Amino acid sequence: MLKTRIIPTLLLRNSVLVKSIRFQTYRPTGMPRQAARVYNAREVDEMVILDIEARLQARGPMLEVIADLAEECFMPLAVGGGIRTIEHIREVMKIGADKVVINTEAFERPLFISEAARMFGSQCVVVSIDAKRLGPARYEVYTHCGRRVTGTDPVTWAQRAETLGAGEILLTSIDSDGTMQGYDLELVRLVADAVKIPVIASGGAGRLSDFADAVWQGRASAVAAASIFQFTQVTPNSVKMAMRDAGIDVRL
Amino acid sequence: MGNLRSVAKGFEAIGCEVCVSSRPQDLEQAERIVLPGDGAFATGIENLHRLGLIEPLRHHVIHEGKPFLGICLGMQLLARKSWEQGEWMGLGWIDAEVKPLDVRVQGLRVPHMGWNEVAPTASSVLLRDLPSRGFYFVHGYHVVCSNEAVVKGTCAYGVSIAAVVEVRNIFSTQFHPEKSQRAGMQLLRNFVNHQAEYAEDPNHPHLAAEKFGAR
Repeated sequence: MLKTRIIPTLLLRNSVLVKSIRFQTYRPTGMPRQAARVYNAREVDEMVILDIEARLQARGPMLEVIADLAEECFMPLAVGGGIRTIEHIREVMKIGADKVVINTEAFERPLFISEAARMFGSQCVVVSIDAKRLGPARYEVYTHCGRRVTGTDPVTWAQRAETLGAGEILLTSIDSDGTMQGYDLELVRLVADAVKIPVIASGGAGRLSDFADAVWQGRASAVAAASIFQFTQVTPNSVKMAMRDAGIDVRL
Repeated sequence: MGNLRSVAKGFEAIGCEVCVSSRPQDLEQAERIVLPGDGAFATGIENLHRLGLIEPLRHHVIHEGKPFLGICLGMQLLARKSWEQGEWMGLGWIDAEVKPLDVRVQGLRVPHMGWNEVAPTASSVLLRDLPSRGFYFVHGYHVVCSNEAVVKGTCAYGVSIAAVVEVRNIFSTQFHPEKSQRAGMQLLRNFVNHQAEYAEDPNHPHLAAEKFGAR
């Protein structure tokens, strides 16, 4: 039985880790390598690091920071932020990433997804979708770290990304990000039901029960979280125990 | 191809000296050979051809009997043939074909991505003394062996996936030991510590492979 993954997300901003609330209000939380060391020691299932302003600053991935952090990772590592070319993917894979997370570039140049999947395989192409709620069952995709509205519905975009070769969708609710009020279950469910590839729910986890909700109600294949691991006593392991008690198969 | 640094780091963590290379001449000095990789089969096999590695690998692994570990795509490349985006000839070291993981009808998502349990067989070298049986998988195709006896560990995901295949000095895993934390490190240790002599003999998989016309 495939285990449901619990994935800590690290947000990188100007070489330090931060926590965000609704894609704004950043607060520093620590250094990348130390965080990676802690999560590795805790045997987390996977880790995601997103260099959130790379695109806004019109630069590529911070290779030195990623290489340094990757040295501590004996678990799968997905790297996002500023990935715009095949060469960027090659570079981050070479220094220890297993997957790349592509957001803005994928939206602006969808064939980049196909190109990346052809070169490296779909399994390493994670398309990240940031969405904001417009109303009941209505959402809109944002790019450029939540700064630019696209007018596109996340379900349509997720299906297109899947067709183009994405291996996984990292789905973040901008409204829920950093609020610790729970995942946007409706959003997760809409997208997870619309595609066959795994969907990682992201944004909003604040209570132990939120994770099981994302799986049972949202039908997510994996759950990502940041604040809850940084600002509470909750560890990935305690999340897993709660999920196991809720009848979900996790790796313990 | 793929995440070379992770594999090197895994072996370094258990005290090995690692040389990451794509040059045929470096195989001379190697005591053990590891072929990692993820990505598309066609790109993988084309790279091996382009780098002139096919014959040197065959020489060192099949004829010299150096212990060999193929990881993920590195396992799939050992098959006779792959059906990933076309039809491709593999190395033909194991009598197997690489086929799409056809489990969507069962409501399972593809690629098979994440941690899953591997059921070992008693005779497996790689799966000895493991602290846990969970390993990290990322693949959309899988190796289907003609001779099930070479499958030393299986993983259930809609179908029974060949997770570990061992044929004499040729070891391979569909999952990523280098990404599987303690269980993965133990597997790498098992590979490194395994001592056996492999002289050429008529039952060698390579000779068997030639019978069914693999290159």
